Order: sequence, then structure tokens, then C-alpha cells
Amino acid sequence: MSVAPELVPASLLDLLLEQRFDFFTGVPDSTLTSVLNELEARSDLRYVPAVSENVAVGLATGAWLGGARPALLMQNTGLALAAHPLATLTSICRIPLLLVVGWRGHDADAPEHDFIGPATQPLLEALRIPFFVPDAETLPNDLADAVATMDSSRGVAALVIRPGVLA
Amino acid sequence: MIARGEAVAAVLARAGEALVVTANGWISREAHAAGDRDGNFYMLGSMGLASSIGLGVALTNPQRRVVVLDGDGNLLMALGTLAMVADQQPPNFVHVVLDNEIYGSTGGQRSLSAGVDLDEVARAAGYASVWRIGELSELDDALAAQGPVFVLIKVAPVAQGTAPRVPLAPAAIAARFRAAVEV
Repeated sequence: MSVAPELVPASLLDLLLEQRFDFFTGVPDSTLTSVLNELEARSDLRYVPAVSENVAVGLATGAWLGGARPALLMQNTGLALAAHPLATLTSICRIPLLLVVGWRGHDADAPEHDFIGPATQPLLEALRIPFFVPDAETLPNDLADAVATMDSSRGVAALVIRPGVLA
Repeated sequence: MIARGEAVAAVLARAGEALVVTANGWISREAHAAGDRDGNFYMLGSMGLASSIGLGVALTNPQRRVVVLDGDGNLLMALGTLAMVADQQPPNFVHVVLDNEIYGSTGGQRSLSAGVDLDEVARAAGYASVWRIGELSELDDALAAQGPVFVLIKVAPVAQGTAPRVPLAPAAIAARFRAAVEV
């Protein structure tokens, strides 16, 4: 069966590069495997693996302070770990940062994701992080909206990716 | 024994054009009191992350020396950062740890560093140059070494200091630091 070209999901990495992100960090999540593997394979791009999501926020903040435009990839479970610097660093210092968050536990998932799945949206709201939840077709527009929000508010914005949205 | 504030001032006196990231609590306060400059990023919250912030600055500015003024409690809170530094091997990264073996800002509770040789941890992680110094004059050589450099300075276990809180808005600290980088 053939698939119409316009329905082929765009590469999230290509879209991020179009949005001029030039520093990538994060902690792997199976929802984001395709983009993480693409990042690791690209020697022309800077992807700095982090040991935890809170440290990744520190690293991305340093990259912005150093003149870069950072994006951070993580699982939503890591959002809870990153809450500390999102509340006491990026928020008060007005650091523009894009979070790309895999939404485990959105639907039926492994038991360790069942609790954090429904907690993801309230957690982002409590941290006052604007977020966008794309489908495959709306990914380019939702990313553009997230980036515009990040730039105009000079703060953190998130793109929350449900399993199956990325190729 | 070396006082924490003396060590902070001694490092900053040798910082030259380096970009400096300071750990929250008394280290940021004492760094500001020792001489405010745009190229200082005073971390106010986010305990544990001075090292990762400094690493991000170092990786994006390979032509600039970057000095992190860290504490033992901060380092232990995000010890895995040592592996990230070792993985990236930034030659311009200098990680100074002032180790008083306590959480100074909260009244002097044990940090658990008394039984851990943090310099040996950094060496095992893979820092290129590791120093444990007992005299501040040794900073001259340590700070000039090829990085990533780790410098452990055991300082007096005195919880409180006298420096006031950093009187700058966090967003202003960040904005002027980034502007100083772009110079």
C-alpha cells in the first residue's frame, strides 16, 4: 500500500533545525528514539547526552548563556526530576528553552508510566510551561507555535509527543 | 585552614577574562562580594547544577576559559555531571570545588563529603587534570592547566558567612552574562 507523500510524518530533527536550534541535550525516551538516533548519528550537530533531566536543564541553560539555542529531549517521567531547575533556574532567569517530551502513560502503558501519564499536563501547568501536543500532521505547526511562544515569552515551552506521532 | 570566602576571592582574582559560574548559597554571595562582573553567573537556586551550567557555557565557547566555583553538597547532588564533563573533555573547563563537608547555608548539616575523596572521584571519572591544593598560591598552576581541570580545596567547616544576598534580579544576571559572552 502506498502512502501519499503529504501524510509521511516530517522528521522532527529537520523541523528543529529549521527552527535554528543548534544545541541538543537530553535523556533518551523510547517515544523519541528516531530523533535521538538521528542526533547521535549526525556528527555535524551537537548532541550532548545528559545523565538526568535536571542536569540536562542545567546544561541547556549554560548553552543558552553561552550564546546557543538549546532544545532538550526527555521522557515525561524526567519532567518530574527537571521540575527543580524549571522552577528555580529557567523560570527566574528567563531562559528560552524548548522541551521535547515523550508522553508515556498517555494511553495503556507499562505500570511505571500509569501515574505520570495523567500527571503530565497538570505538572506542566503547575510549572507554568506552555505546551503543545501535536499529531503527525500538525507537528510542523505545533512546533512553530511552541518556538514562537518560547521566543516571545523568553521562557520554556514544551512539545509533548505521544507514542506513535513520530515516524 | 583556608576560609571559604578566601578561596572564592583567590579564584576570582585569578579568573582574568574567564567566564565564571558560582554555586548557590554562600559561594554565590561571596563571589559577588569579592567583585561583581558581567561574566559571573551567580546561580541562586537549582542546587547541583553549577557544573552542568558551566559545562554548557564551556562547550559553546571553546575559546573562553570557564571556571565553575562549586561546593561539595552541590557536586554530590549531581555527581553524574562528572561523567558528562569527562565524556566531552572540554579543555577550557575548570571545576573548582570548595569542600567544607557541610551544607553551609542551612546551618551546617553534614554533606557526606567527609568520607569521599572528591578529587579521586573526578580522576576516576576522567578529568584530564586533577588537583588537591592546601595553599591558595597553588591555584596559579591549577587554573592554567589543560582541562578539563578539577581542583579540590578543603575549606573550614564554617556554616555562616557575612556576605549579603546577591542584589541582582536573576533574569538580569542571565541577560548580562550572555551579553558578556557575545563581546
